[in-house]
Amino acid sequence: MAETTKFKPAGNLSWLVSTLYILFLLLPIYWLINMSFKENAEITGAFSLWPQNPTLRNYSVIFTDPSWYNGYINSIIYVVLNTIISVLAALPAAYAFSRYRFLGDKHLFFWLLTNRMAPPAVFALPFFQLYSAFGLIDTHIAVALAHCLFNVPLAVWILEGFMSGVPKEIDETAYIDGYSFPRFFVKIFMPLIASGIGVAAFFCFMFSWVELLLARTLTTTAAKPISAIMTRTVSAAGMDWGVLAAAGVLTIVPGALVIYFVRNYIAKGFALGRV
Amino acid sequence: MQKTWNNKAWFLVLPVLVLVAFSAVIPLMTVVNYSVQDTFGNNEFFWAGTDWFLEILHSDRFWEALQRNLFFSFVILALQIPLGIFIALNMPKSGIGVPVCLVLMALPLLIPWNVVGTIWQVFGRVDIGLLGYTLRALGVDYNYVRDPLDAWITIIVMDVWHWTSLVVLLCYAGLVSIPDAYYQAAKIDGASRWSVFRYIQLPKMKRVLLIAVLLRFMDSFMIYTEPFVVTGGGPGNSTTFLSIDLVKMAVGQFDLGPAAAMSIIYFLIILLLSWIFYTVMTSSDANG
Repeated sequence: MAETTKFKPAGNLSWLVSTLYILFLLLPIYWLINMSFKENAEITGAFSLWPQNPTLRNYSVIFTDPSWYNGYINSIIYVVLNTIISVLAALPAAYAFSRYRFLGDKHLFFWLLTNRMAPPAVFALPFFQLYSAFGLIDTHIAVALAHCLFNVPLAVWILEGFMSGVPKEIDETAYIDGYSFPRFFVKIFMPLIASGIGVAAFFCFMFSWVELLLARTLTTTAAKPISAIMTRTVSAAGMDWGVLAAAGVLTIVPGALVIYFVRNYIAKGFALGRV
Repeated sequence: MQKTWNNKAWFLVLPVLVLVAFSAVIPLMTVVNYSVQDTFGNNEFFWAGTDWFLEILHSDRFWEALQRNLFFSFVILALQIPLGIFIALNMPKSGIGVPVCLVLMALPLLIPWNVVGTIWQVFGRVDIGLLGYTLRALGVDYNYVRDPLDAWITIIVMDVWHWTSLVVLLCYAGLVSIPDAYYQAAKIDGASRWSVFRYIQLPKMKRVLLIAVLLRFMDSFMIYTEPFVVTGGGPGNSTTFLSIDLVKMAVGQFDLGPAAAMSIIYFLIILLLSWIFYTVMTSSDANG
């Protein structure tokens, strides 16, 4: 969209709107970063807009204590597991919905979406009992499977939108050329919807990364996510504001990295697909 | 696209079905099971029929939480949808500004929800938070821990901060997909800024707006983590939403029967309201 004169912004002050909005978004985040470099005495004692005696103590606490940094590793393991499971399961299903009519397809699609509407609070207790029965409590796979509840429907929804944009003639030509279905799907079809897979993976990553209620319910120690460790430490060890802030800042980093890498897909993907 | 009739497509859907059955159907069955039974411990259950449902439907606690939820979702939609459209209209359309805006605006979406709560809990505190401190210095009597109104304002501003970007991104995607020819035609006709918006941009954004309204409604109606971290449902019960109440009942007090009945009622309300939104917005699409 380089050479065309897209729609004209509302006025000369349009840059001001975006700037003000971004400032509004960044201010609380700045405050957290600011706090993470302060000592507790400075946080509670003197009010200052930037750290007077910048310190790395808060970060070193997190990076040297296994109960802290394991939280990050646990979170990343189950988020990545969930993203892989969701996208792999959703790919064939989305293909079926985009290409074929079959018995009960519309109902099935809507029913899948209703799972996206189910409040996690409703599922917290039954999940705990179900996964206890299977001996899955406190494992990464338990959280990854639980998050499929909302991520699989979303992934199907997004991928179906992208797949419907690929002309059917491509499938038919491939079959005439003697491709089997799996070979066609992997070699020809998946590269065509690469950006859709990217967008779906992004959203699965995002919703799994930010969810806490289920992740906290299903884990006790071995697979505890970082966000749950944060809440526990705050209540137990009094108010260690500095470490809390540093832990918060570190939870923002993976998300920021992911956005940075998929930034081009997002604008394109949003426009092409469902979401 | 013309789709062919093929029941073998069920095999392709099978993995999703198995996954969702494991993560949704079985737990939901457990909930239904609890909602019609009573227990005195020892894993002995007695048929209770619709008692729990009646108890929930007759409790003030449930209706008050429901009202809070409805009011919250209404305010959130009324603020975020127009604001999101407005910001999307004013976003840069090309150049270095686009990726910068996209990345910075998407940032709040990828922060874990309890960290969002923590950020605002700290930000709003009158002793160590920038917002609380500044308001205090300006002479505003602001304290979200003690004043229900301040607690509500804090939670609403927090949610606007957290989720408006989703609406912005969706609307922006809708806007960039409008072919240039539409604008040229409008220019030749001498259309005003407002008519361009009303007759070109808004209709073209309808699809993404539907998604935005549905997602924002569902998620604001299920809100749990952020207010739980910031206010813990207080002061008093003033920010106790349905999910906070539900978790309190199920995990805190272990009242399985009422909690299960409430879960089902809660889920049905979301389904019903989402279905109404969906039908209204898609049928108005068909009419014009």
